Amino acid sequence: MRHLKILEYALSSLLRRRYKNLSLVAVYAFTIAVLASVLFLTHALKTEATRLLVDAPELVVQRVSAGRHDLMSTESGERIGAIPGVAASRPRYWGYYYDALTEANYTLLGVESEPAGLEMVEGRLPAAPGECAIGQGVAGIRKVGIGDDLILIDSDNIGTVLEVAGVFRSPSDLLTNDLVVLGRDDLIRFFGYPPGRATDFAVEVYNPAEVDTIAGKIKRLMPDSRPITRSEILRTYAGVFNWRSGMMLTVFAAALIAFCILAWDKATGISAEEKREIGILKAIGWETSDILELKFWEGMAISLTSLLLGLMAAYLHVFFWGATVLSPVIKGWSVLFPDFRLIPFIDPYQILVISFLTVTPYVASTVIPSWKAAVTDPETAMRG
Amino acid sequence: MNKHRFFIGLTLLQTIFLGLLLMHGEARVATLSGQQLPALRATVRSLQLTDLSLWTEARYTRHPSQADRFTPFQDFPSALEHFPAGSIMAPVRSDSSQP
Repeated sequence: MRHLKILEYALSSLLRRRYKNLSLVAVYAFTIAVLASVLFLTHALKTEATRLLVDAPELVVQRVSAGRHDLMSTESGERIGAIPGVAASRPRYWGYYYDALTEANYTLLGVESEPAGLEMVEGRLPAAPGECAIGQGVAGIRKVGIGDDLILIDSDNIGTVLEVAGVFRSPSDLLTNDLVVLGRDDLIRFFGYPPGRATDFAVEVYNPAEVDTIAGKIKRLMPDSRPITRSEILRTYAGVFNWRSGMMLTVFAAALIAFCILAWDKATGISAEEKREIGILKAIGWETSDILELKFWEGMAISLTSLLLGLMAAYLHVFFWGATVLSPVIKGWSVLFPDFRLIPFIDPYQILVISFLTVTPYVASTVIPSWKAAVTDPETAMRG
Repeated sequence: MNKHRFFIGLTLLQTIFLGLLLMHGEARVATLSGQQLPALRATVRSLQLTDLSLWTEARYTRHPSQADRFTPFQDFPSALEHFPAGSIMAPVRSDSSQP
């Protein structure tokens, strides 16, 4: 009962300075919402990437010439296929296309035959020459759909008319937004690949435990090659959004610094009015512990309300509104950028970290200066 | 004695709402993991995809897993990395991880 009465007094005290405290809650909740949005977004992207890319090729072998990615001869693929332990070595044909009309970059990918059972395609993948399947981003920016013609300029500067046979469904935007999938021969003709050349090779290995050994053998056999294992691909995406990424460092650090300034302002001293109030309370018989409890409840009421509001705002922002505030920051110069429809993977540890990093310093910075005032003589405290 | 009741009620209401949001998230993860993820993984497998289609502005931002960490500086001698997305993402995997 005594604690409830102190809480009641703390709330009355906060309401006496309602506009100041309301603005404090607004700024505090906004800071937490920014911090939590960045953490939710990066964690969801990271988790989705790692869950999807476990089906990426086990080993990709590129050729590096003069420090740059170069085309590989199909003969190299045969040499890789002859290494013991290699189940298959399949050439991949893909490249980039800059569309001057929309100023967007597309990724063009050649497929040999229509892979069976792709639910994520509305329509179908190209089955005949002159057909293509496109991502939602390409369909949107070029305003084409199934049955329409997509005109791209090939390496000889001649317009190539492709009939859109399929469009990738929206849930796959994170993977296929900028894709234009063509038949393999169409792609070879389009980019003007020299005969017997492929972009790189996807290598299948019988025993997953031998992938690194086979990568080492390929490197020894062809010193100008660069093998990239699936675990490296997964590691890349686990690292792309870690704390060293610019997004985390800029947004997260800026919000954290803003919060530190807020807490520092509180910690560096309490106003003369608050000191007088503490003096009066002491004079009428409040114990130091009662005053500390009062200040604890004041800090708790502000920080708990702000934390809950901030976390709710961050969740709604990232998983309901597609991170609309953060998207322009992340987008950079990308003309085609997918809408975020992320699967809400949440790490409870992150919520605990946000709570600990924000509530504890704020409550401490409310209680500690008050403790200094509460142990002073009431008369001195009342005189400010 | 009304203010503390109001505060406790409001805090409980906020906690319940946040709890509902998190439960909604859990339910969506369960549903999408069962329905959507297998279809997306089949797309990755069939098309032999290696990267997310996030940043399309440069080769090394479109396929970070397929690029070296020095790729952003290869446009011309002493070129500086100038694509905004390059400053958003962390440096790609370490060279020491290569066989």
